[in-house]
Amino acid sequence: MRLFGAVVVQLLHVALMFAAAPLLIGLIRTAKARLLGRRGPPPWQPYRDLLRLFAKRPVIADSATPLFRAAPWVALAATAAAIALVPSFAGGMLFGRAADLLVIAGLLGLARVAQALAALDAGTAFGGLGASREMAFAAFAEPALLLSVLIFAMLVGTTNLDAIAAVFRDVPPGLRVSLGLVAIAVLAVAVAENARIPVDNPATHLELTMVHEAGLLEYSGPDLALWDFQAALKLLLWLSLIGALFVPFGMAPAGSTPLAWIGGLIAWAAKVGVLALGLAAFEVSIAKMRVFRVTEFLGAALLLALLAAVFLFVSTGLA
Amino acid sequence: MLTVLALIVAALAALAVPAVALRRAGLVHAATAVLCALGLLTALAGLIAGGDRVSLALPFGLPWTGMVLAVDPLSLWFLLIVFVSGTAASVYALDDPPAPERAGAILTPYPVFLAAMALTLLAGDGFTLLLGFELMSLASWALVLARPEDPESRRAGALYLGMAGLGGACLIPVFGLLAAPGVDLRFDAIRAAPPEGLAAMAVMALTVIGAGSKAGLAPLHVWLPLAHPAAPSHVSALMSAAMTKVALYVLIRILFDLAGPTAPIWWSAPLLVLGAASAVLGALRANLETDTKVVLACSTVENIGLIAVALGLALAFRATDQGPVAALALSAGLLHALNHGFIKTLLFLGAGAIQHGGGSRVLDRLGGLANRMPWTTAGVLIAAASAASLPPLNGFAGEWLLLQSVLAAPRVGLLAFQIAVALVAALLALAVALAAAAMVRLVGVALLGRPRTPRAAGAMEVSRPARLAMAGLAVGCVVAGLLPGPLLVLLEPATRMLVNGGIAANAGWLVIRPGIGQPGYAPLLMMALLLAVCVGIAWLLRRHAPAGVLRGPAWACGFIAPPPHLPFGDPASQYGAGSMAQPLRRMLAPAVAAREVVDMPRPGETRPARHVAIWSDPAWTYLFIPLMRLRDLGADRADILRGFTIRRTLALVFATLVLLLAIIALWEQR
Amino acid sequence: MNEHLGFGVLDYDIAHLLGGAILVLSFALLAQRRLAAVINLFAVQSAILAAAAAWQGHVHSDAELFLTAAITFAAKAVIVPLALQRIVRRFNIHRSVETAVGIGVSMIVAVGLVALSVLVVLPIGMQAATEALTREDLALALSVVLLGLLMMISRRNAISQVVGFMSLENGMILAAVGVAGMPLVVELAVAVLVLVIFLVFGVFLFQIRERFDSLDTSRLDAARGEGR
Repeated sequence: MRLFGAVVVQLLHVALMFAAAPLLIGLIRTAKARLLGRRGPPPWQPYRDLLRLFAKRPVIADSATPLFRAAPWVALAATAAAIALVPSFAGGMLFGRAADLLVIAGLLGLARVAQALAALDAGTAFGGLGASREMAFAAFAEPALLLSVLIFAMLVGTTNLDAIAAVFRDVPPGLRVSLGLVAIAVLAVAVAENARIPVDNPATHLELTMVHEAGLLEYSGPDLALWDFQAALKLLLWLSLIGALFVPFGMAPAGSTPLAWIGGLIAWAAKVGVLALGLAAFEVSIAKMRVFRVTEFLGAALLLALLAAVFLFVSTGLA
Repeated sequence: MLTVLALIVAALAALAVPAVALRRAGLVHAATAVLCALGLLTALAGLIAGGDRVSLALPFGLPWTGMVLAVDPLSLWFLLIVFVSGTAASVYALDDPPAPERAGAILTPYPVFLAAMALTLLAGDGFTLLLGFELMSLASWALVLARPEDPESRRAGALYLGMAGLGGACLIPVFGLLAAPGVDLRFDAIRAAPPEGLAAMAVMALTVIGAGSKAGLAPLHVWLPLAHPAAPSHVSALMSAAMTKVALYVLIRILFDLAGPTAPIWWSAPLLVLGAASAVLGALRANLETDTKVVLACSTVENIGLIAVALGLALAFRATDQGPVAALALSAGLLHALNHGFIKTLLFLGAGAIQHGGGSRVLDRLGGLANRMPWTTAGVLIAAASAASLPPLNGFAGEWLLLQSVLAAPRVGLLAFQIAVALVAALLALAVALAAAAMVRLVGVALLGRPRTPRAAGAMEVSRPARLAMAGLAVGCVVAGLLPGPLLVLLEPATRMLVNGGIAANAGWLVIRPGIGQPGYAPLLMMALLLAVCVGIAWLLRRHAPAGVLRGPAWACGFIAPPPHLPFGDPASQYGAGSMAQPLRRMLAPAVAAREVVDMPRPGETRPARHVAIWSDPAWTYLFIPLMRLRDLGADRADILRGFTIRRTLALVFATLVLLLAIIALWEQR
Repeated sequence: MNEHLGFGVLDYDIAHLLGGAILVLSFALLAQRRLAAVINLFAVQSAILAAAAAWQGHVHSDAELFLTAAITFAAKAVIVPLALQRIVRRFNIHRSVETAVGIGVSMIVAVGLVALSVLVVLPIGMQAATEALTREDLALALSVVLLGLLMMISRRNAISQVVGFMSLENGMILAAVGVAGMPLVVELAVAVLVLVIFLVFGVFLFQIRERFDSLDTSRLDAARGEGR
């Protein structure tokens, strides 16, 4: 019976993620527009964009290899596999025992490498620009992420996401300094990984300021729709991850009733909504950084994670 | 089984004779391939059967002990690595004969190289181990000097010989210190009387320097990116994938086995520090180099660093009596050694194929090879994805286990150790991400994009044996990635022997776990999820998207058509090796002393402007160049010996004799 | 490891949060490139220090600590930053902060200093749990002091050196506040010290500016009589 519940939760979760990802992007765009004093597009505009792109036939460069067409499949598959592991409204999903934080980071790395290779496949200067900068930013985001995982592994004893969420839900850790610093570090890494301001501008039209977008310049039609959907899934994954790690209250525990699932769904929607509006307000209020200042931004995140680790060693070593 | 392996070694060594006489490349390589495959199957059978140590004493060798051969689960594991690489390299070289005037110089040392590596792994006493080690160095040196008229080859050979001499000079005293009273070099005798105190410290330091320099541990790694690329491709593959692992085997044998089970915790410090430094430096250099094989050699340095960190953690956990976690760390190191064997062999064979087909080793003269050489591209892509630690391939399995053991390190309880491990963790993550960037750069510049030279545009695929070798290794990478559990079960006897713990209980076919009862990593499930989503996308596109694609020139935000003399477009208008390196070179400039020098012509001058990016390896600048200056200084001072009269020379001999007698007298007094 | 999760005693948690915020601001001070940002961050740091003192006063029910908080806020969060901003405007020192050591290198050294202060403070005796938490506060305070010193030695501009000295003092006050029962007279002495130093530095700054037409202290070396 519990297994059946786990299967149902997993399927519902995946369907929810796939359905909600474009809505998240639309919500952030509309919020940014309203904050800037414009009316902006309606929140369901990304759905219309995806349908429009699917109706077109792609145009591909002469020198492109089969990797060019395969890359969006690989990236979307990796992101979808990762998002199937991150719990949203209920814990104890079917794949919960395989939901390791390091595996999720590895799957996101697979998506990133697929995009970088596709960018280089086109043989244009912008592709190389996007690929080299994207991999360079990732080189500085990964250490901060690993140290954050170290903090959680020390607090809970495992890197499994399901177990961490369950433990934090049942035994609240209180206002720890380490968790506060780690929260800031993970937020900085999330901004860098999802190509949001101040690291990259998702709405720019100037090619030399693009990082993520520069890799997708050669794509059109359904392939571009796959890339856009992948970016939306990735953002939803990070926001769900932050919600599950730092504010797991409201998530329905494993083996609970559908009524608890509804409660979990409301809690999850509230968390992701607040984070999305916060992201929109943050993006509107600061400017995009110069490329070589991003190192300092991510270095600061690494520093905070390192400090958090030191404080955690101190406090767990004392008692 | 030991006799079978000993016979294989003897047969490999004996192949040198017909190689000199006949100079038939196909025959030599075929024979080597068959022998290596036999050795592979024997080693695999030995691992599956389990079992303990077996020794065999041979009547020849040193006058008072003879030679002892021994095989135990650790040596079987490393034999597996060596024979996998050996088989693949020999099959690759079946259809790639060297030029006739060089055939003897290349074909003769090749089977001797393989025999020497196997002999080192089968050694049961110090003499045999050192014999195999030095023979391995000598044979590979002969292969590095394959083209003696090339100054780069000569320089690489000179440096390699010096480093090999250093390795030997460090390892011989190690066995001198370890030898049981009565000058007994047999491993069984050494295990009964482990060293203590000052002798143990010296053993540890000399082993790290001697075996570490051969493996490519920083700061003694500078010879690797010069020597490995100078040899022919299949030999480079063997050197990077197999020889470095043999050096690591010597390290493990001495530090974990022969030095006794009571190593203190600070023995892990040099391995952790040097391993982390190698990992970061190797990965960073792999991003900056412009030659495919040098990039791969730097990537080897990085992976050796990762394995060294795993070994250091295993030592630390063993010293604090945490058997299961020590087994986790050691399993991570050994598994990654095997996986790296697969990956690096495939990458070097692919680089050889690229050089053969595309006509150059330099990244900026390649490009657009994926359309012309699909098999090579597929193989190199799988190996590069594994080297970038992407799930569900085999590079990720080893890296996942290593990170799990790093995350378990705070259990040790010493605050200084915990802080050090946190720093090592950050450096490891940096190294792994830099390695991914280096692989993207390698594949993107060499294989993807548009051709940069006409020769690259006319590339041809390699011969069938080469494709077969690469395909076999690629299948091995995928299988080892999807089924790490059975591999961990195979290496459990080795970990039980060395650190008194095992993780076979946590390693199933579907899931591998870091601890008993804990959730873990399920690669088959990941692969199933990925394939399921791909099937879903395929169905969606078939149902809802229009069929077919349109081809046209790359948009690139609106470029004009290329000029007629550049049919593939201007090669300078796509990113090359230097431009891909630029963000990381600028962001990590202090680590490699990177700076850019711009030479602008004054108004009126017609010469072009020059922009030069300069960087250097800190090991060269801070260690080797001062040492070389010291050597030159010493050589100048020693010049006075040439002007000595006969009387002075005799006085020198007399003084040395008196000094040695005095030392013996003092020793006997103690 | 799970037993540490029930560790969340609110009093100590908030004290640690405030102390951690002060330390993070010390790092941020080291990373700034503009003088205005340096002075503003110092004002925020002193305000948080005042909040920490007020919280300790609330926890230990000590009225003197409330007074300390008020004095810190008034003197170091309001008056001194305003005065420094006036100096900057008056002498048109709208320059970027000149560093003798690169920002990245000073960050790495700063992390090393934090690790050092943790390693120094922690092993000192092992008593009851409450004292253990006080030791954690002491490690934080020592880190802030060391970072203030680092800021003083790695900046060329006299104003940023003054701010470094004041953040060093913030660290000392944080240490004093963390230990229960600090007398008021120490705080008054510290306040007087601040004002005196400020006056001295102020006069110093005027003189440097007049003589050398800039506030770069490296130019003082030539006047010391030693060859450069």
